[in-house]
Amino acid sequence: MTIDELIENFDLLDDWEDKYRYIIDLGARMDALPENLKTDDWKVHGCQSQVWLVPSVTMEDGQKYLDFQGDSDAAIVRGIVAIILMVFAHKTPQEIKEIAVENIFAKLGLQDHLSPSRRNGLAAMTEKIRYYASAL
Amino acid sequence: MYDVYKIRQDFPVLSQRINGKPNTFLDSAASAQKPQCVIDTMYRLYSSCYANVHRGAYYLSEHMTQEYENARKIVQRFINAASEREIIFTRNATESINLVAACWGRKFLKPGDEVLISQAEHHANLIPWQVIAAETGAELKVFKIADDGSYLEEEYLKLLGPKTKMVAVTAMSNVLGTVFPVRKMAEQAHMAGALFLVDACQAAVHHALDVQQTDCDFLAFSGHKTYGPSGIGVLYGKYKLLDSLPPYQFGGDMVEKVTYEKTTFDEVPARFEAGTPAMVQAIGLGRALQYMQEQGMENIAAHEAELTDYARGRFAEVKGFKEIGTARGKGGVFSFVLDGIHPQDIAFILDKEGVSVRTGHHCAQPLVERMGYTSLARASLGMYSSREDIDIFIAALQKAKTFF
Repeated sequence: MTIDELIENFDLLDDWEDKYRYIIDLGARMDALPENLKTDDWKVHGCQSQVWLVPSVTMEDGQKYLDFQGDSDAAIVRGIVAIILMVFAHKTPQEIKEIAVENIFAKLGLQDHLSPSRRNGLAAMTEKIRYYASAL
Repeated sequence: MYDVYKIRQDFPVLSQRINGKPNTFLDSAASAQKPQCVIDTMYRLYSSCYANVHRGAYYLSEHMTQEYENARKIVQRFINAASEREIIFTRNATESINLVAACWGRKFLKPGDEVLISQAEHHANLIPWQVIAAETGAELKVFKIADDGSYLEEEYLKLLGPKTKMVAVTAMSNVLGTVFPVRKMAEQAHMAGALFLVDACQAAVHHALDVQQTDCDFLAFSGHKTYGPSGIGVLYGKYKLLDSLPPYQFGGDMVEKVTYEKTTFDEVPARFEAGTPAMVQAIGLGRALQYMQEQGMENIAAHEAELTDYARGRFAEVKGFKEIGTARGKGGVFSFVLDGIHPQDIAFILDKEGVSVRTGHHCAQPLVERMGYTSLARASLGMYSSREDIDIFIAALQKAKTFF
């Protein structure tokens, strides 16, 4: 699914309950992170629940592309991780730098639905992804 | 008669709607809401009689000083201390305990000495002792509690001995609600030659305190949990003990005589209140304690005990609900897990229903782990909590279960 398709799907949902159920479903359908990658090395700090993000790099025509695997032990956050992975799927470090993730979450209508502590979690995940991109 | 609905009207926050729903505030154990009289008191001070205390020879400063010192007397009466000089204003209970660990610990703890705490301590009554023990060569001992959160006297007595110099224990666990028999424990500590410090953060909110009857040497609590402002806390200490301790911090308002070569320090409690104190907050705290006393500490305790029974009865209706901490006589603090759902997921759904609960390790990480978890959800009661709060909470839990 592309992020535009995701935004279209979200548009069809008008109350928070349906949106939350859809987020939980996105998380449930995401591939689980192998247990051996759920280590402190890949943990995202600053989230209330446990969150892991694992980057991988591929080279295509001399250009580096980043992809991520991720997971969380909480169901709603797992869904948020799934959205984040979709947003940052197969991007160059420069593209990652330019993505305004806050705007995407606003388009998803999730801005109002995210509690401040989870918004911090979102910020922590985005920061981590930008860190990986900048370190390439 | 204790009319909880009338009391609720005194707390303006409670009539706010949260996410379009009634404000079901079940996180008073983290920080309690404030009655209008406390808000009014602080507004009055800032708008009509604000000035620094203990300094100016002018009307406003005299007036503030008088109100500040009166707040100290209110605290003294609230915990039944022998003298108002035994009351030190701090930022919060954390600072109160750090003050004792730093001033008393550094002066009196020697290699081989022991500090004894329970497994149920908040980080604020654990880390200061851990650090001061490491610094002085003393050892921190931790006595066990039962799997249901109950106090185990034999475990306490097993570790209480001639090497024990300080026992520091919560009067009521912020995670399990367990009430510790601090009066008897203090007596046993004294028999062993140890001092006894009570962390009364939770207890101060729910029961009348009496430091003379408990015969504790130190007692700490925070203003923001007792319906008072944030930024103000209390340390009680027996006068002779406080008088034997060096100052905690250094600066203005705590000195007798200063020259470039040497400083002699003021008497207790001024010695421990360096710098301009949180005076508006202290006076606000005094008003909050008066407010509780106006409602009657026995009435508050009775209301909360009745509501605790009601809540625990209703928990039984929620399939998969497991209360963590079920000691007899526990207070209105309910840590729980639900059907293997992550506590944060529960909290997100509850939040949408206007229900505020705490999740995580509750600043008691070793305790939560000892109970077998990394994270717990917690609902807690205050003097304004009602049966409707519990009903909405239960309905929101049932709803949350449908999501996962």
